[in-house]
Amino acid sequence: MRALIRDLYNNLVEFVRTFGAFQLFFLRVLSHTPHMVFGRPGLVVKQIYNAGALSLVIIMVCGFFVGGVLGLQGYSNLARFNAADSVGALVALALIKELGPVITALLFAGRAGTALSSEIGLMKATDQLSAMEMMAVSPVKRVLVPRFLGGVVAMPLLVAIFTCIGLFGAHVVAVDLLSVDVGAFWQQMQLSVDMEDIQEGVLKSFVFGIVASLLAVWEGYNAIPTAEGVGRATTRTVVITAISVLILDFMITAVML
Amino acid sequence: MLRNPVFPEQEPHEHQPAVDGVVIEDSENVIEIRDLMYSRGARVIFKNLNLTIKRGEITALMGPSGTGKTTLLRLITRQLVPQHGAILINGMDIATLNTRELYVLRRRFGMLFQNGALLTDLNVFENVAFPLREHTKLTNRLIRHVVLTKLHAVGLRGAADMMPAELSGGMARRVALARAMVMDPEILIYDEPFVGLDPISMGVIVRLVRRMNDALGITSIVVSHDVAEVSTVADRSYLISDGKVAASGSPGELSAANSELVRQFMHGMADGPVAFHYDAPDYEEQLLGRDSG
Repeated sequence: MRALIRDLYNNLVEFVRTFGAFQLFFLRVLSHTPHMVFGRPGLVVKQIYNAGALSLVIIMVCGFFVGGVLGLQGYSNLARFNAADSVGALVALALIKELGPVITALLFAGRAGTALSSEIGLMKATDQLSAMEMMAVSPVKRVLVPRFLGGVVAMPLLVAIFTCIGLFGAHVVAVDLLSVDVGAFWQQMQLSVDMEDIQEGVLKSFVFGIVASLLAVWEGYNAIPTAEGVGRATTRTVVITAISVLILDFMITAVML
Repeated sequence: MLRNPVFPEQEPHEHQPAVDGVVIEDSENVIEIRDLMYSRGARVIFKNLNLTIKRGEITALMGPSGTGKTTLLRLITRQLVPQHGAILINGMDIATLNTRELYVLRRRFGMLFQNGALLTDLNVFENVAFPLREHTKLTNRLIRHVVLTKLHAVGLRGAADMMPAELSGGMARRVALARAMVMDPEILIYDEPFVGLDPISMGVIVRLVRRMNDALGITSIVVSHDVAEVSTVADRSYLISDGKVAASGSPGELSAANSELVRQFMHGMADGPVAFHYDAPDYEEQLLGRDSG
């Protein structure tokens, strides 16, 4: 029993220590951000391309099918109450407020987050970060900050694209396949979606962008510099990002209701 | 007389200029290590290590595998921090420097890593240009001139557009050498510079190390197992074993030394104080399965 309590205490201390280090790391990254944005925008643009443009295919394909499934489920359930015309409103609210930001963040963690953490972890394992240190170049400033900012900028753009493609998918299923009236589809959507709903989606996309990108660069930077260590860091990136995104989604939704 | 276009003779600075407001004075002993202690977990790597590296010399650090030669380089450059003792660079204890002062000091270092450590997302040209782009405001034309000059010195001007993944191990190390010397450092540190080089490249690189040291008036530290090659180029050698300096002197003095350890290492003998086999249970008993393992 005493050993169990000691283990729990040690784990708690370790968690607090890691969380504190993570916050300091976040502040360190933020302190370099203005210089990177105004002094080296080219580096950030390159990372927006890596994190954003290279994730487009997976985001668009998933967005289309998520929208399509929502259209199918929405139609079949709303039709029982003679409310099939409201499927547009249902799909739009679900995508804009919840599924767009959450699924995009999960896909981002799987595609761009893993790429970031494994790239940085491998740079560490092959002494590239040490070489930069020896050239008096801060790896945090030169490598981590542009990648973090690239992810933060790319995420809201990806969420917007995911949501639009999702609406298109729902339109194809509901209007073209299930014969929902096209006017009713768009009108119900227009009447139901408020500016607050869009603000909630945008806020979530920014928060998830910060969390997913920061966790990816943190895990890569702190990876054990071996093949196994980099593999573990990559896995941890996906797992911790998924958990963090879902918890934060609940918290933001609870606050904004 | 024509000046050497690759290594033009440089006038020594009477007073070191300030870099980012930090002035580092020169002293005769570039690096002094005093009573250094460093351990990793329970394993003691250095205990009361003392050594001095003099300005303008090529100093070789040699020793059996696992004695911590690379660790010593990382301590000298403060990639690691010792538990006890002091490392003085130009008389300054590097443990007391803040990050800005440390970075100013590191601009005077060039380091060749064991595996090259080239940045894999940049091509050969951009790898060599990297320190110039980060620390200077030179025009692209001037950067191109400097980079091609350094690549020419290591024989890889023709590989400027190649990516690191396309290079052999030896080529990668030569590119890394060009990058290490592109800022004309005062102290050049080579970690196993001769590993993986073919005989032609090795000969060229050995001569390059010597020529650079003499022409630019820099101080070089070479970590190498290659006793024959390093002996041709070093002014002074330190043999490190069991966490401290076991012997020091010119390569000739070390070769003629009476110490059993020095003779074993310098002449590559299997028998001597340094065991070839790592500690293990009795061979026969283990093979016949008579021990618990």
